[in-house]
Amino acid sequence: MLCFKVMRNFSLWSSVPLGQLDSMSGVVAQYEADDFPQKVNLGVNTYRDNNGNPVVLESVTKALQMVREKKLDNEYPPIEGLQSFIEAAIKVGYGESYYAKNNKNIAGCQVLSGTGAVRLGFEFLNKFVPSGTKVFVPNPTKNIHPIIAKMAGLQSQEYRYFDPITKQVDFSGLSEDLYSAPNGSIVLLHACSHNPTGCDLELYQWKQILDLTKQKQILPFFDMTYQGFTSGDLEKDAQAIRLFTEAGVPIILGQSFDKNMGLSGQRTGCLSLVCSNEKEKLIVVSQLNLIARSLWSCPPVHGARIVETVLNNPELFKLWLCELRVMAQRMKKMRVSFTKALKDIGSPHDWSYISKQFGMYSLTGIGPAQIKELIEKYHIYLLNNGGISIAGLNESNIKYVAQAFHEVTKHNFI
Amino acid sequence: MQKLQLLQNQFNPTSDDIFFHIVQAPPDPIFGIANAYKADTSSTKIDLGVGAYRTDEEKPYVFEIIKKLEKEIVNDPTLNKEYLPIEGLADFNKGCQKLMFGQNSPLIASGQIVTAQCLGGTGALRVGFEFVKRHIPGDVYVSKPTWSNHNQVIERAGLNQFEYPYFEPKTKGFNCAGTIECLSQARMGSIVLLHVCAHNPTGVDPTEAEWLQIADVCKKRRLVPFFDCAYQGFASGCIEKDVFAVRKFAELGFQMIVAQSFSKNMGLYNERVGAIHIVTSNKDISARVLSNLKIVIRTICSNPPAIGARIAAKILTDEKNFNAWVEELKTVTGRIIKMRTLLKQELDNLKVPGNWDHITRQTGFFTFTGLTPEQCDLLTKQYHVYLLRSGRMSMAGITSKNVRYLAESIKAVVQNK
Repeated sequence: MLCFKVMRNFSLWSSVPLGQLDSMSGVVAQYEADDFPQKVNLGVNTYRDNNGNPVVLESVTKALQMVREKKLDNEYPPIEGLQSFIEAAIKVGYGESYYAKNNKNIAGCQVLSGTGAVRLGFEFLNKFVPSGTKVFVPNPTKNIHPIIAKMAGLQSQEYRYFDPITKQVDFSGLSEDLYSAPNGSIVLLHACSHNPTGCDLELYQWKQILDLTKQKQILPFFDMTYQGFTSGDLEKDAQAIRLFTEAGVPIILGQSFDKNMGLSGQRTGCLSLVCSNEKEKLIVVSQLNLIARSLWSCPPVHGARIVETVLNNPELFKLWLCELRVMAQRMKKMRVSFTKALKDIGSPHDWSYISKQFGMYSLTGIGPAQIKELIEKYHIYLLNNGGISIAGLNESNIKYVAQAFHEVTKHNFI
Repeated sequence: MQKLQLLQNQFNPTSDDIFFHIVQAPPDPIFGIANAYKADTSSTKIDLGVGAYRTDEEKPYVFEIIKKLEKEIVNDPTLNKEYLPIEGLADFNKGCQKLMFGQNSPLIASGQIVTAQCLGGTGALRVGFEFVKRHIPGDVYVSKPTWSNHNQVIERAGLNQFEYPYFEPKTKGFNCAGTIECLSQARMGSIVLLHVCAHNPTGVDPTEAEWLQIADVCKKRRLVPFFDCAYQGFASGCIEKDVFAVRKFAELGFQMIVAQSFSKNMGLYNERVGAIHIVTSNKDISARVLSNLKIVIRTICSNPPAIGARIAAKILTDEKNFNAWVEELKTVTGRIIKMRTLLKQELDNLKVPGNWDHITRQTGFFTFTGLTPEQCDLLTKQYHVYLLRSGRMSMAGITSKNVRYLAESIKAVVQNK
């Protein structure tokens, strides 16, 4: 009988360094640990109502009830996920009329929310675009975009997007950088509610990017995490998608239902690619499946069943549209109120850019020293990059937050 | 896996048709069979392809305890419906550790086990191998044969793989000597992928003494054990006994990786419930390992889906629920064992040529029948019996009603010249 012990003082993992993650993770933990009664969480990454509470949408609750009544089993879905969900997601993403004419050409795959869409999409592109093709990502963008590109084997490069002085889109910089990109490059574009800046492109700017795309055979990869959540209008928020697809440009689209259906915990998303014909679509789906099989085998169904039910049931769909409008309008209202509150207090700075932006996030330009003061003195938690989540503002705390921002910035700014 | 050739000289950057050069990927060997079965209109068709449990009425099965707990969770207004942490639900992770390593494992108390929730077994394997690639890259040794998706996951993670001769076709048993010999030639620091129990696809497991021999060669060559546990409960019918290998290696002081899946033993196939465990030498290193594991997870899915883990956590952390689950699992595994016995009986009664002892000797979901790919093709095309071309048959698809037809079909293809 063999008796032995492996040496305990040898560590397999001793050379593993401490991993650095993005700015979001520490903030929420700090906030939770704080017992200051007026604390404010401006790092929250999901919607909050005017009482600071998370919201479970009524349309989602009703949809879940309907799903449960079907008493479905727990069998493996296909590798590409639930077909009914994929169809419904593509329909809402591309619009009814485009869908009606072209759905046979759109290769779709259910994925783990926006992150899963980018991961699967980038892995697919790395396999099939000429080697050396780069992904161009906006500066700034979600932290994980360049990291996922690297994991997938793609080189990434930034294009100018945000002007920290005007706090608007640096469109001439953007155009210059994309014009000088190699032909055939992949360009990642945020369809709406740019994360982390809140600065979105106007229609005339999208048209110029469309021209550039055609000229340089760019592969546009749209990250659409906030459809409906931005303006309250699904069509308006997808205007870039409508523009590009109507012009016949083949796009890649990553969609998420985390925020617009409040289903963040269920990780429900869709990756789609516009192909030339049905035969090609089937081929592309087969290749997506091959990659997905080694990432997660097949996606989780709970969220997909709910989303599919909401999107396909006319009553629930109508209800959902109302709920979307309520959320989008509340955030717009907070933006406007915050700007006004700072003006009323007498801040020497122009905060109007906040009310011109969209969605959940805003980059304030606030620097590390001021962030530290906001946290330590005022118990207001924001992101390391000076970004704030508008969802964390409400009618009860907005004056307090505005006062605090004024105090830390009245003598200086970054 | 075949590497797809990019037809560089055919990719035309000025063409609108950016995907025209892509070729059709082959259907997945396992999901492809399931699709073919679904499309078959024959009334005598039998699904012995994918490893998913069926009742004696050929119906999928949702555990009663799962139904009960799902209802509780859905109706609980206090439950946070938002993002889970990157590493998943804490209660679930703790529960997984206890189930795998033992309620009172000193490794849990000492903080030497790093655990993260993953997307089923596949998700845990991919996260584990991505972590290996980044931090302890080495050659990976996989059993010959192994689950088809292992090879794909390891390749996508960018690691080299070699086979150790696991299955001995002559005895239809575990080739211990061959395995030890092969592993003793492996480069130091290589990773060995080991099935904890109910080996997929062969159903053949090492004995306890053979596990000690494997541990010995791993120690000598400083090989890193990477355990895949998808069938805890399905091998012997006892959940503790089934993870003997993991617990023994842990006791022997190995630092290792374990991938754990609840797809089969909780029937949670479609909610992607799994976990990865990394055993370290102390809790400071554990903290660094966790921080890097989180980066890997973050770049695949950001954070895992909640509902499946909540259900599993309620089972793993509540004694009453746990016992109810164990009882139900015994019924499920008992039916599979009964089907093995029935099939063997039918084959013996029909005097089908060959030795069929392995059907009752092998454990878990699958039997490696020994049928050739051509015989399997014939079984499918002529008799509408769906199994893998490797000869792997999922016993969970056999019922008291179809077992005789199955035996007759096997007899027919075996005798067919």
